[in-house]
Amino acid sequence: MSNFKFKLTKELTEHFADSNLEITETNLGVVCTVPSEAWVEVAKKLRDDEAFQFELCIDVCGVDYLTYGEAEWQTDGVSSTGFSRGIKSKGPGRFSWEERREESMPNRFAVVAQLLSIKHNRRLTIKCFAPDEGMLMVSSLVDVWPGVNWFEREAFDLYGIIFKGHPDLRRILTDYGFIGHPFRKDFPLIGNVEVTYDEEKQRVVYQPVSIEPRVLVPKTIRRDSRYVEQVNDREAS
Amino acid sequence: MSEIKNYTMNFGPQHPAAHGVLRLILELDGEVVEHADPHVGLLHRGTEKLAESKPFNQSIGYMDRLDYVSMMCNEHAYVRAIEQLLGIEAPIRAQYIRTMFDEITRIRNHLMWIGTHGLDLGAMALFLYAFREREMCMDMYEAVSGARMHATYYRPGGVYRDLPDYMPQYAESKWTKGKDLAMVNEWREGSLLDFIEAFAKDFPSKVDEYRTLLQDNRIWKQRTVGIGVVSPEQAKAWGFTGPMLRGSGVAWDLRKKQTYAAYDKVDFDIPVGVNGDCYDRFLVRMEEMTQSARIIRQCVEWLKNNPGPVMVDEYKVAPPSREMMKEDMESMIHHFKLFTEGYTVPAGEVYAAVEAPKGEFGVYLISDDSNKPFRMKLRAPGFAHLSAMNDMVKGHMLADVVAVIGTMDIVFGEIDR
Repeated sequence: MSNFKFKLTKELTEHFADSNLEITETNLGVVCTVPSEAWVEVAKKLRDDEAFQFELCIDVCGVDYLTYGEAEWQTDGVSSTGFSRGIKSKGPGRFSWEERREESMPNRFAVVAQLLSIKHNRRLTIKCFAPDEGMLMVSSLVDVWPGVNWFEREAFDLYGIIFKGHPDLRRILTDYGFIGHPFRKDFPLIGNVEVTYDEEKQRVVYQPVSIEPRVLVPKTIRRDSRYVEQVNDREAS
Repeated sequence: MSEIKNYTMNFGPQHPAAHGVLRLILELDGEVVEHADPHVGLLHRGTEKLAESKPFNQSIGYMDRLDYVSMMCNEHAYVRAIEQLLGIEAPIRAQYIRTMFDEITRIRNHLMWIGTHGLDLGAMALFLYAFREREMCMDMYEAVSGARMHATYYRPGGVYRDLPDYMPQYAESKWTKGKDLAMVNEWREGSLLDFIEAFAKDFPSKVDEYRTLLQDNRIWKQRTVGIGVVSPEQAKAWGFTGPMLRGSGVAWDLRKKQTYAAYDKVDFDIPVGVNGDCYDRFLVRMEEMTQSARIIRQCVEWLKNNPGPVMVDEYKVAPPSREMMKEDMESMIHHFKLFTEGYTVPAGEVYAAVEAPKGEFGVYLISDDSNKPFRMKLRAPGFAHLSAMNDMVKGHMLADVVAVIGTMDIVFGEIDR
């Protein structure tokens, strides 16, 4: 396991006293949640300031927090017929394109960037929740690190997060003419359309998917007592 | 005078030099590239979304299929992310096995790279030599996991099983018999470790053979020197890692700087380029192969002298042995739970990265106390490299595009995910 230390919290709080950052440091790394207004400004400072010098942006990705912490396996009663197995879930494997519903919740989408400083040999995760006022919008980091161009295109493609100021915000991974944002938790796992070759038309055609949604292993949440202590330690450290 | 217009050309997705399914829209002025627009995603399978719908262990096999020429390194990043969230650590023997197989993987990857890169630029013979050695690496994979490529060998908490003490041998056939058979089986008389040792001792001389074919070859140098030059500042701004960054003269290697597995216990050097062109990256990768053989030799020596467990002794994560399962009720229950439900991982987020042959391969994992990852993001080095395609080929000739694709060491399994 990596044995390099972080020790970033103190410097972050000192340098960004007025930026309203939320910093969590565990032995797994430092995660810094930045308000969306300050996203680019903080990123610029993290790149240029002597104390940080995060000259590489390793990765940018979107996260959809819908269904976070929702289990699919709740046993509330046991009887002679067995356990009660109420599966009331909105997990992506349990509905088709027609049954999907767009749901909203506060702070549903986030953009997460992994930064790396070669000079100080440190990593930092910065995170920004996308404000959802009709349109998900976060400022683009392309001007700070040109390398994030494609990573932001990917987050736009898969999550529908719009990056303000991005020079070329097109879909990247999905098919030409694709509809929807496939990595959202309300997008069905089986997808929407399938592609086959039509003998009569002599070309490839799109048609609705023919497979049924199914889940082989339900999502189970167990707050294992072994880890409670560990997590407490982690938070304390 | 007639008007001269730029010419737009479609390159790929079915083109041998596209290294998979890359579609490039090239805007050409005569033979000079004005603009390159790579279209990726033709191999997009939604690996991350699939992983979110499965228990943790069931996605290890998907990792092999990302960068399908450096399988075990991808697995390594994934199991390391889970291990960090679980707060467990693999036994030291497993760490050495992982180190050894990561380096075997690096050799495999670089052999594939040098073979195809050479082929693209007109060096036919090298491909055959490179694949001769690569075949032996495949045999090592097969001996340890049963699969030549998609091994699924690493597990959170260790590796699936210990190294076998028997190396499979070639059987007699119409074409291989007598002296020939004895020759191909020469290294295979003992255990897997003996075979790997013999290979690692011999391999540097093979690298020298490749060098005699290319290093001072006039045509090779004409095709690579001064092509696709990347300055260290550019490399950092574009998010380059691995040989692409080191070729530009930045001495950055996770194996040294943010060490993992048993890399801090072995001796090796990090080759660094000077000019940041295709030729320097070629030299860096060639030297990396020699260094990998050096690491493998040290691991073999340690592994021969230090038997021990290869899996963490924790039934919540690792299955009990078959015998235990049949004798002991507790073990039976653990076994059943592990293979039906899997284990739950405490809530939290982690980014774990390894130095894969192509660069930094990272896994960003968010868990919500459940038995499936809530969000998994795979950071593929090739994705960042390919995104700089336009800037790297602008102003070069059309034929140099192929050299740049080759030097990036692109594999679409990881770029499209």
